[in-house]
Amino acid sequence: MPNSVSEVKQEMLKEIGVENSEELYAQIIPDRLRLKHRMNLPKPLAAEADLRRHVEQILSKNIDCNKNLSFLGAGCWKHYVPAVCDEIARRAEFLTAYGGDEYSDLGKHQAFFEFQSMIGELVGMDVVGLPTYDWGASAGNAIRMASRITGRREVLVSRTISPDRLAIIRNFCGPAAMPNHIDVKTISNDSKTGMLELNDLKEKISSKTAGVYFENPSYLGVIEANGHEISKIAHESGAECIVGVDPISLGVLSPPSDYGADIVCGEIQPLGKHMFCGGSLAGFLACPDEKKFVGEHPSHLVTITETVRGECAFAYCMTERTSYIGRDKAKDWVGTAAGLWTIVSAVYLALMGPAGMKELGETILQKSHYAARKLAEVKGVKIPFQTFFKEFVVTFDGKTRVSEVNRQLLKRGIFGGKDISREFPELGNSSLYCVTETHTKDDILRLVDALKEVSK
Amino acid sequence: MKAQESPRRYHAPVWSEPIIMTMGRKGERGIRIPEVEEEVRAAVGDAIAFVPTTMRRKQPPSLPELSQPHVLRHYLRLSQQTLGMDFNIDLGEGTCTMKYSPKVNEDFVKELAEIHPLQDEETIQGVLKIVYDFGHVFLREISGLDEFVFHAGGGNEAAYTNACIIRKFHELNGELGQRDEIITTIFSHPSSAATAATAGFKVITLYPDEETGFPSTESLKAAVSKHTAGLMTTNPEDTGIFNPEIDEWTKIVHEAGGLCAYDQANANGLLGVSRAKESGFDMCFFNLHKTFSSPHGSYGPACGAVGVKQELVKFLPVPVVTFDGDRYHLDYDRPHSIGKVRDFYGNVQIVLRAYAWAMSMGTDGLREVAEISMINNNYLEKKLLTIPGVTKPYKTNKRLDQIRYSLEKLREETGVGAQDVIRRVVDYGVQSYWLSHHPWVVPEPFTPEACETYSKADIDYWVAVLAEISKEAYSNPELVKTAPHNSSIARIPDANLEDPAKLAMTWRAYLRKRTLTK
Repeated sequence: MPNSVSEVKQEMLKEIGVENSEELYAQIIPDRLRLKHRMNLPKPLAAEADLRRHVEQILSKNIDCNKNLSFLGAGCWKHYVPAVCDEIARRAEFLTAYGGDEYSDLGKHQAFFEFQSMIGELVGMDVVGLPTYDWGASAGNAIRMASRITGRREVLVSRTISPDRLAIIRNFCGPAAMPNHIDVKTISNDSKTGMLELNDLKEKISSKTAGVYFENPSYLGVIEANGHEISKIAHESGAECIVGVDPISLGVLSPPSDYGADIVCGEIQPLGKHMFCGGSLAGFLACPDEKKFVGEHPSHLVTITETVRGECAFAYCMTERTSYIGRDKAKDWVGTAAGLWTIVSAVYLALMGPAGMKELGETILQKSHYAARKLAEVKGVKIPFQTFFKEFVVTFDGKTRVSEVNRQLLKRGIFGGKDISREFPELGNSSLYCVTETHTKDDILRLVDALKEVSK
Repeated sequence: MKAQESPRRYHAPVWSEPIIMTMGRKGERGIRIPEVEEEVRAAVGDAIAFVPTTMRRKQPPSLPELSQPHVLRHYLRLSQQTLGMDFNIDLGEGTCTMKYSPKVNEDFVKELAEIHPLQDEETIQGVLKIVYDFGHVFLREISGLDEFVFHAGGGNEAAYTNACIIRKFHELNGELGQRDEIITTIFSHPSSAATAATAGFKVITLYPDEETGFPSTESLKAAVSKHTAGLMTTNPEDTGIFNPEIDEWTKIVHEAGGLCAYDQANANGLLGVSRAKESGFDMCFFNLHKTFSSPHGSYGPACGAVGVKQELVKFLPVPVVTFDGDRYHLDYDRPHSIGKVRDFYGNVQIVLRAYAWAMSMGTDGLREVAEISMINNNYLEKKLLTIPGVTKPYKTNKRLDQIRYSLEKLREETGVGAQDVIRRVVDYGVQSYWLSHHPWVVPEPFTPEACETYSKADIDYWVAVLAEISKEAYSNPELVKTAPHNSSIARIPDANLEDPAKLAMTWRAYLRKRTLTK
């Protein structure tokens, strides 16, 4: 704090015309609202070296997914992060910028536009906004968009959505007592394939339905083969078809626009971000370039444009939609969310290119299916759904609960898949395993060997 | 007093960098994918066979194809064309608290990179301790409230969390149908109004008394009723004016049956000075990327720390980090919780930076942060008000940590307004200042906040830039109106952003629309 130097402080106080800071506070905050005691906080570690020792000692109690072999996914995934992504993420220009305008921060705005452009290519949509906090928030925004567009107050959601994401959506949709409440109904899934049960969808959809929301791949990793049928059913009832995606799959999976999606959302954490204990999530939201959609999009939208000299420029546009302008009349709200992750995603996609995304998708398919096959050979282990990408359900028939299996795996330095036996009791004693390009054959065989020991 | 330094010569980098979508050549690669072992390939066969035919991608995405050095070079150039806080006297961005974030914190953050949020609690005791201690040791003492969570990925999501807690509280009391109004003020952050509306409430917005600059207590009394669900407000507001009757306000809302939520996104001038508890608030939030020094990351990631008093702890989103005296736990079993506003438990790397910063400051350090930010603000005021064309609306004299000024006089006298000056400051290597939220209750507004990071010399320099621009406005207004001149690009005509046919949010839309207009 440069102005803590007492001589400087005195100079400034003199300029202001007061003796000390107390005199200033007395003119601003009434005495009864002033804190009467000195805060009771730990003794400060003012020296960087002391602070480093203290913090590193605390952090040394963690065991991460580099030390242990991890098969956790379920909304946050370990993918390889190219060194260039880290290099750009650490740049002080990007790390410490904030709301600077289109002139002082041309580069930031251009990177945002490039992100929007590349996500637009992946999902097949002409309008992409700046990402919000996570997939759940982008799904909540998408569903509310559909409700405003159709003037309807009901959404049909696939049963196999992440329960936590569904909880976020339920907050966005509000309780029944609220006037803007959106009724969330779940659609069951085929017990053999894990895909959406089309008959259940047909039964529940009606002229009240604002949108049908499903994910591809689903929370349980299942690739939804009937995307086209689902969007057709939605459209026949005048509902919007909303698809949530893991963009890392889109080198091999169809862009949602190909099978009739009207609004697309998803999670960009896989695109060049470390996991940071869930601290690198960000949800994107895409739609067609039509007034009825764009006018309801809640996020910042960066457009390409030009200057008086004809230079290429980038700026926020249609800002009246946003809460910064519209306050309570805005489309939901927008705020500081994930700018740095937006830039890093752009870097990642530029490094990958179309060939990289395709090869990555293929690699994940091969490795995850290899793992599933090997695990299915373990006595008492079953893989209920065969059509999946990256993640798959593993069911343990034996007496050992998933929680106990995971405890035993942990002793062997392995983080087993997420225990979903409480989230999806109909799947029995099950967990959700994630295999990405970062896993090797030996990693997979190590898991198989460990499970042979513990899953009896 | 030393004579004002004249602004230095500056020019932003001009790289004229093309859009990445147009760069590279077919076949170039930026990075290779990890190998699939031969045995794995042999065992599973062709990858695409695992994708149902209906879901196989037919056309590869039109992503650019570049080699690694060219991707790096492109984004390094874009970074150079971004004026990060570290590079400049960034005290113009009021309400944002653009403070220095010690670089050592970035080393700490790296340690979290490969942690998965669903790992067994035993393996994340370090993370959980940081989260628990930052709430229980620091924020409890700073706010006087009882329990904090860090789920919200930014201030606005924290405001939304507060709105959801208010909603749940009344729902549980069976009064939600009746209590459907949230009261806020026009100088509170628009997220109070917007998140309350998203949560389903009607919003009543109080406007300031024209003399004092803050809404009268009478206007609040007139607004409360049996429909009042709560109050969501900032104090001090964007004007830097601290509502001295705020404890009376919270009492009035409580008597009407509502809850009071305190937007403390920016609490820089209040650390160790005044707290949510004594003002009578039931809940609050702090932006850890503002007051607690985590860098803003080009608009996030961020963290809104939501705190509540004991009676509302049961409503907090799950999981809540608990401590049994020996181990830290993630508690999901909370039947009255609002559920989730964000997946997992927040941007913990931001909490880690905030913890490290607060730990380096301690009781006296934090208190000094508050004092210096107030002194800096008042010193800046003295200097700014000597500049022709700059005025400070409202009679409430002393302000806390920021002030909303007006350039209305400058505009009347020279035709140069706040939106011209904002483009001109950039020409002097100073980040564009922040104007105001909408609507502009203060005409031609700008809102600087000279937090403790900035030295007296920094403030003097910033003032010298404004003084120079004022001089230009009176002598050569066109120079300011046509700014920027030393930036990476020239001015964008407003008309370019008004016609939807000219807007393109993706490269593919640009190509399509350009074809249409030809």
